[in-house]
Parts: sequence; structure tokens; C-alpha cells
Amino acid sequence: MVQAERLVRTFSGRRAVDDVSFTLHAGDCLALFGPNGAGKTTLLRLLAGLLAPGGGRALVHGVALEAGPAARAQVGLVSHASMLYGTLTARENVEFAARMHGVPDAAAAALRALAAMRVEDRADTPVRTLSRGLQQRVSIARAIVHGPRLLLCDEPYTGLDEAGAAALTATLVERREAGAALLVVTHNLAEGLEIATQAAIMRRGRFVRHEARELLDASAYQSQYRELAAVDG
Amino acid sequence: MTPPVVAPSVQRSARDPLLVVAIVGVVLVYVRALMFTPIEAMQGPAQKILYIHASAAFIALYVGFVLMAIASILYLWLKDEKLDRVAESAAEVGLAFTTVVLVTGPLWGKTIWGAWWTWDARLTSTLFLWFIIVAYHLLRGAVDERGRRARYSAVLGILAALLVPFIHLSVYLFRTLHPMPILLKPSAPSMPSEMQVTFFSAFFAFLLLFIALLRTRYRVATLRDQLADLEQERA
Amino acid sequence: MADARVSLPVNVPPSTLGAAWLVARKDLAIEFRTRTAFLSAVVFALLGVTIFYFAWDSTAVSAVDLAPGVLWVIFTFAGLLGLQRSFGSELADRAIDGLLGAPVARESIYVGKALANLVFVVGILVVTLPAVVLFYNLPIGAGILALAGIALLAAIGLVAVGTLFSAMAVNTRMAELLLPMLSLPFFVPIVMGAAQSSARLMAGRPVAEAWPWLRILIAFDIVFVTACTLAFPFTLDE
Repeated sequence: MVQAERLVRTFSGRRAVDDVSFTLHAGDCLALFGPNGAGKTTLLRLLAGLLAPGGGRALVHGVALEAGPAARAQVGLVSHASMLYGTLTARENVEFAARMHGVPDAAAAALRALAAMRVEDRADTPVRTLSRGLQQRVSIARAIVHGPRLLLCDEPYTGLDEAGAAALTATLVERREAGAALLVVTHNLAEGLEIATQAAIMRRGRFVRHEARELLDASAYQSQYRELAAVDG
Repeated sequence: MTPPVVAPSVQRSARDPLLVVAIVGVVLVYVRALMFTPIEAMQGPAQKILYIHASAAFIALYVGFVLMAIASILYLWLKDEKLDRVAESAAEVGLAFTTVVLVTGPLWGKTIWGAWWTWDARLTSTLFLWFIIVAYHLLRGAVDERGRRARYSAVLGILAALLVPFIHLSVYLFRTLHPMPILLKPSAPSMPSEMQVTFFSAFFAFLLLFIALLRTRYRVATLRDQLADLEQERA
Repeated sequence: MADARVSLPVNVPPSTLGAAWLVARKDLAIEFRTRTAFLSAVVFALLGVTIFYFAWDSTAVSAVDLAPGVLWVIFTFAGLLGLQRSFGSELADRAIDGLLGAPVARESIYVGKALANLVFVVGILVVTLPAVVLFYNLPIGAGILALAGIALLAAIGLVAVGTLFSAMAVNTRMAELLLPMLSLPFFVPIVMGAAQSSARLMAGRPVAEAWPWLRILIAFDIVFVTACTLAFPFTLDE
């Protein structure tokens, strides 16, 4: 369970995240939409423990963000950048992440994660020789190898082909069913709404809309979103 | 069309009264040193450089550098931008004073010892201090983002403060084990009272100058940051 | 999916030193996969040592007297070459975010990288020291062991300061220039301490003569390893 209460983060006097609150239960997936610069990435980095909040608080499975390492243990992050070491192989990258999280039998866990993303046949290839899409899959494997209770994904479908997108959706669904909560930032409303249980739109650091997925009609939402996003310019 | 932005609270031609007083003070001390203080027997008129040299050296190291180091520690603790501006200003004015030391030192040395540079312990330490403060400014120049710049400078400032005793120790140890030509030391304790008065007046005048320059530099930094904030708000 | 709910593993995050060790191993694995930086630094050191020999009038200054100075100056610059690459791999694809997201103390990142840098620098020394002994005709004996010990002390100080500054420099516009400018003033007590003490020990002088310099070197190491470890978290964007 994830509880965010009035999170704030300021950069040079400007509020990138401005009073954001939400609750996610096990199995929830919040699809977060919004124009560029809305603060979505900042929000993710706050929850991942990469940035300290300037105000408000968040609890991940009962552990406060301020607890530092204990909170970070519960979180997995997939971001724009691959967060991989190009010279190392896919297996080495994911194993390193597993060991840093203290996963028992890290080698086996790494292979399982790579298999979940259908990329285990490239396990011993240096990452920098892989295509962007395959790198993305390895990056996702790296994020899930320690079984995080909160999985944060920043536009994870970017660069994935059909097979990769299918593998990702399957992994996200599997994580949800294992009791994790997901927060997925995406520009692709269709893909986002497909896996979401909650949907929110972020603008200028604030959640301007936030509701349960089942209350939404996908096509109506899409046109409303276009209006909202267009206002920002 | 948004109206042109005017930076608040700028007094157009404000001249800091302290700066005027300080400059007048320094000029007066010069006059006193040159005209009204006796010439030292052994060193001749060149000894009078001491009044600038020693004062600038002392203030650069103890006041400027220590202020920069303390502001750095406090910044990392309190995260107040004002402290970063204090550190920045102290470092810059300190750099100016240190440069004065490094220029007047050889001038004095050439006249007294016949050599521009003799690796005298204090001058060498000051040279390294100069390198450190230059590095501090280079670091500030290389970081664009204000918060990161402040943090990096603070870290460097604190480490530099820790380094200074090691530099002193190493240089002094080097000096004592490598006998240098016998130097004519400025005989501070046995200075006649007139010289002492000039000496302390010089010190006081330069301290005043340091503080005045510090305040001016701090104001410049504050205005610069305010301007940057306003420009970003407009963007 | 029967095991799905049971599959969340009970993870035991490594201790700070354990995590540091993982980071060090990872850095060394990356380094020795390509070896380019290491080989460049070694070649630089060997070339430097050789060139210096011809920069002096060998009839006026004996090679043995020249050796300590040359060794420590070259060691410093070769060390800088190694330090430059220290954080590069972390920024390229934001791998640093993976490190920062790990459930370990931030200091472990610094300690791990410093350890890897130490291995790197010691590696350079392992090649450079014998080269200096060979080219400068140093007498082989107990003095060489002392030299190795001093080299290790100097390497610790070099790496402690250099790793911290490379963490900062890598985020700036002029990283390659900035790292030497920041680090070299700090290397002065190291080079002086190492050169002066090793010169005395190699000339067969009693240890008591070298001791004041060794003390400076040891004190420097203690102060700066501590200070840089404590300062490292402040170099992170949080």
C-alpha cells in the first residue's frame, strides 16, 4: 500500500510537485498522464527516494520515505534512461541490482527477471550492443528483480516493439497480481488505461483529475485529456 | 505584453558609506606610513611594504578564508542561500587580498633579499592558498544550477579549510630542513611605538576595507540571484 | 500464477561495507573488461618516467636523487587519469540512479568507488615502481619495501580526495580540466610527504628522519578519508 500526502518539491523557487496526494492499494495501478514539464518524472523520483520532498510525506507499505534505505528497498524504478552499465552484460547488470538489494540467490533471480521480459537469450551480451528496445527490457528486468512492492515506470513503453510491449504488460500484470502497486507514466492513453485501476492527469505539479478507472469511458477521457493538455500550450 | 521587470529595492546610486570610510582610512594609513613613520634601519624604505603585505596576508587567511569555511559548514547544515553568498563573497575578496600579498611579497623580497622568490614558508603557503581559492572560483563557474553550485562550493570550502593546516605543516617542515638564505625578519616585537601604531592602523584600515568590499560583493550576489529568479518567473 | 503471492522474496540488503564491495567489484569488472583506461595510464606513467630522465643533466644530478621526485609527480598525474573515469560510467545512462535507489547508505557508493580507484592506482604503481627502479638504477633492498609502503599511503590519500572531486567534476562543464585543478592543491602534502620520506629512506638515512613526513602523510589519510566520506552525500542531487 502506498500513501502520498501533500507531497511538494521545489526547484529554484518553482513547485515541480505541488501538493500531491493519493493512495494505492496492493494490486492498484495508477496511470499518470500529463504534458511535458508537468512534474510527473519529479514525482516518480520523489517516490523512488532519489529526491527528498520539500514538504508532505509518503509511506510505502508502512515505511516512510524519510527512512531512506528501508523505503527504497520496496521500490523499483524504470525511467527514460536505461540505468545500465553498457560494458557489462544484461545478466551482470541485473545481478548487480539484485545483490545491491540483497536478493537471495541473486544469479537465479536475475535470470528469472530476464526471462520474464523475454530477453534471457541475450543474457550474456554487453548491454551497449543491444537495441534500444532490448535495453529497455533489460532495464525493466533490473527494476523488478528484487520484487518491489511499488513499481514506478516512466514511459516504459517507449522504444518497445510489439513483443516487448506484450512482455512488459504481462510483467506489470504479474506484479500487480503478486500484490505490488504500480505507477505508470505514459503518453499513450490507450496503453495506460488498459492496465490501470486509477487514472490521473498532472499539470503544473498538481493532480487536476484523479479517479478510478472503472468510472471512465476511454474515448471520452481521451478527448478531455487533449483539451486539458492543450490549455497548457 | 508583460511590463518590464524592475528589480526591487535597488538604490540607484547607493554608495556604501562603509566603503568610503574604509578607502579613506587606507589612504590615510598610506600617508602616515610613507610620511610620518620612521624608516627602518636595516631594510630601508622598502620595509614599509610590510604594512600592506602583512595586513593583507593576515586578513586574507584568517578573516576571509575562515569566514568562507564557516559559511560553507553553516550552508550545508541550514541550506540558507544567504550563507552561500557570504562564502562566495568572502572567497572573492579573499582572493583579491591574497593576490595583493603575492604581489607585494616578491616586491619586498627583491629589495630586501635580492631575489624575487625564495620559497619563504609563509609566502609559499599563501601561494597554495591562492591556488585553492582560484579552484573554488573555477568550480563555481563550472556549475550552472544554483543549489548544486552552493553545495559543491561548500564541500570544497570545508575540505580546503582542512587542507590549510597540512599545507602549513608541510611547507614549514620543508623550510626548516632546507636552510634558506638568512632572512631579515620583520622585527615585530621590537618595533618602535610609531611603527606599531602604523602597523595596527594599517591592519584596522584593511580590515575595514575587507568588510566593506565583502558587503558590496554580497549585495551584488544578492541582486544577481534576485534577477535570475525574476527572469525565470517570466520564462 | 499459483506461487505469485509467495514469490515476494525476503531481501536482506547488504551492509554499507558489503555494498561498497559490490560497487568496487562492479567498477573493476567494467574497467578490466575494456582495460583502455588502465593501459593508457600505465603507458603515460612509463613514458613520463622515461622522459623525465632526459630532462635533467645526468652528470649534474644523479639518477638516484632524481627518482623520488619523478616517481611521485608521475604517480600523481597517472592517478588523475584513472580518477577521471571514475564516475563516467554512472552518468552515461543514469546508472547512478540505480545506485541511489538501492537500499544502502549513500556513503557506500563513495567507499566502493574509492576502493576501485585504489586498486587502479596500485595497479599503476605495480608497473611504475619497478620501471623507476630499473631506469634510475635504484639499489634494491629494504628501501624498496619502504617505498612500496609509502606508495600505498600516498595512494590512499590520492584516491580519497580524487574520488570525491571526480563525483563533483563529472557534473560540470569542464570535467577534465576541473578535476586536476581541484585535486592538485590537495595532492601537495601527499607528494611532499611521500617524496621527502622516500628520498630519505632510499638514501639509507635513519627512519627518524623520514618520520615527520610520514606522520603528515598518515594524518592526511586519516583526516581526508573521513572528511570525504562524510562530504560525499552532499555532492548528490537530493
